[in-house]
Amino acid sequence: MTTREIRTGAGKPEAGLATSAALPRQPADAQQVRGWRRLKRLERMPWISISIIVFVLLLPAIFADLITTHDPLRGTLADRLTPPAWIEGGTWSYPLGTDKQGRDMLTRLIYGARISLAVSTITIFIGLVIGSILGLLAGYFGGWTDRVVSWLIDTFFSLPGVLLALVIVAAIGPSFVTIVVILSVTIWAPFARQVRGETLSVREAEFVARAQVAGAGPGRILAKHVLPNVANTLIVMATLQVGVVIINESSLSFIGAGIPRPNPSWGVMVADGRDQILIAWWISFFPGLAILLVVLAFNLTGDWLRDFLDPKLRQRQ
Amino acid sequence: MARYILINSFRGILTILLVSLIVFSLARLTGDPMDVLAPVDMSHEDQEALRKQWGLDKPLLEQYLIFIGNAAHGDFGPSYLYRTETAGDIILQRLPASLKLGLVATILTIIIGVPLGILSAVKRGTIVDAVARGLALFGQSVPEFWLGIVLIWLVAVQVDFIPTSGMQGWQSYILPSIVISIFGIAALLRLFRSAMLETLGTEYIKLARLKGLSEWRVVGKHAFKPASIAPLTFFGQLAVRMLTGATVVEIVFSWPGLGLLAYESANARDFPIVQALALFVATSIVIMNLLIDIAYAYIDPRVRLGEKASA
Repeated sequence: MTTREIRTGAGKPEAGLATSAALPRQPADAQQVRGWRRLKRLERMPWISISIIVFVLLLPAIFADLITTHDPLRGTLADRLTPPAWIEGGTWSYPLGTDKQGRDMLTRLIYGARISLAVSTITIFIGLVIGSILGLLAGYFGGWTDRVVSWLIDTFFSLPGVLLALVIVAAIGPSFVTIVVILSVTIWAPFARQVRGETLSVREAEFVARAQVAGAGPGRILAKHVLPNVANTLIVMATLQVGVVIINESSLSFIGAGIPRPNPSWGVMVADGRDQILIAWWISFFPGLAILLVVLAFNLTGDWLRDFLDPKLRQRQ
Repeated sequence: MARYILINSFRGILTILLVSLIVFSLARLTGDPMDVLAPVDMSHEDQEALRKQWGLDKPLLEQYLIFIGNAAHGDFGPSYLYRTETAGDIILQRLPASLKLGLVATILTIIIGVPLGILSAVKRGTIVDAVARGLALFGQSVPEFWLGIVLIWLVAVQVDFIPTSGMQGWQSYILPSIVISIFGIAALLRLFRSAMLETLGTEYIKLARLKGLSEWRVVGKHAFKPASIAPLTFFGQLAVRMLTGATVVEIVFSWPGLGLLAYESANARDFPIVQALALFVATSIVIMNLLIDIAYAYIDPRVRLGEKASA
């Protein structure tokens, strides 16, 4: 039985019976066994997914100016709707073809990676910070703090996000800041819910009681004793939420409520090609494929991280 | 139980009020609706008259209270854009289209997601499991708007009888409902798979097997029932997606439902409609969640007796 099956057995000891029976039980070997298991899990690292993240998202985003030869915003009208190079009529100076304004698809895709990376990094950072703070406070103090925070979490889960985004954007126009604010507002709640739940159980641990006896204040206990214990969960969640943020950003950009034109957000690019899908499929197809690949890669990596950091963590999506 | 329902209803009402406040302030503080309403060449007196007619001259707080008061009996005021009709009327006209599509998509989600999840758990490690999990991964990662466009490109063009936009007959439901349900199928599949694996590993299932019950009975009755409790809360999220997640899909397929209405109204800054829509959707979500909480408490006594474990 592999580690993966243990996880999908949702951490129930029954599901992992075969493994635990097969492994030595002596306490002396326990450390060694744990190290070996960890190594085994490291071997199962999702290399393909990590390569996709590096080569489709990170490297293009960082080196966009160095590796592109065309202007992402201005095209050559004479070359518009050029098909990808391997199709008749295509040329290698536009490897993935051009859009209706004659802009190089590959160049725009590469600059699009920069937008996706920037939006998701900033959004997840904000969501993670707000969500962790509120979750820690609610889980640790309980009582009214918990009631108010839990209510806020429920409320933000039932906010019609797309509708609110449409209202804001209609009023003040789409911009990078607007989209980051909208996405952050919707992303903190899952973090808070998870951190709150884990804090509730960590709070009961012996080491927290000991710290209290030793005279540590709530701030110190939360920062030094509780936070390190929820850190793994936060890492897994942050990885899994990248996919959610990228999909939401591109969806909002697609309906004109996200990154404003002519910036090459992948969502905007899919929208640009929508009317030409029958005559120039490549305009919509490639940006969407980029979204799919990157989100898929982050989901697989997040699943693996969950196995690696703690096989007992339940699936919570 | 009554106490439980009461507390949850109270929380729901608070939530709706908060949403209304957010929606109202967003719509008002970020722009003057008069900019859109009044023609550029309108005289100052006419503008003031128009302002009075829509109550836009009163203080914001009063506008909000009037808005809440009216909304409480379902009156959201006349649409700025459609002038003669009220926001409530327009929403009611568009609601059936969204509901029908949502219903078809929900049915599709359940009849595909649940059996696949069970099958995937029962046949763990086989090719069936691999395919099901691949589908789940795809469904969770694919952007819906893109899937819609790709389907239009691949299917609709080859197959004449499937329309690519609008709502004309049962064929028009095919593509949008597939696109809307793909995420729900993925999520339900994963949820049912892990819930089934959990129950299939328990002692009483082993006992049921030892007793010589048929595999069909073991899986269908003894394992399925307890396994179906956990994914129940997911239906709340599913309903949210059917109502708001469908927005993007409605826009792709020009489906004349609430999502397309929201898109059109927001672009025209038609505040009464956007406010009414946001409140309507939020209220539906809150009621849906309340019903699910009650159902949950009814099925699982641990919930109503103590704090809910995860929420």
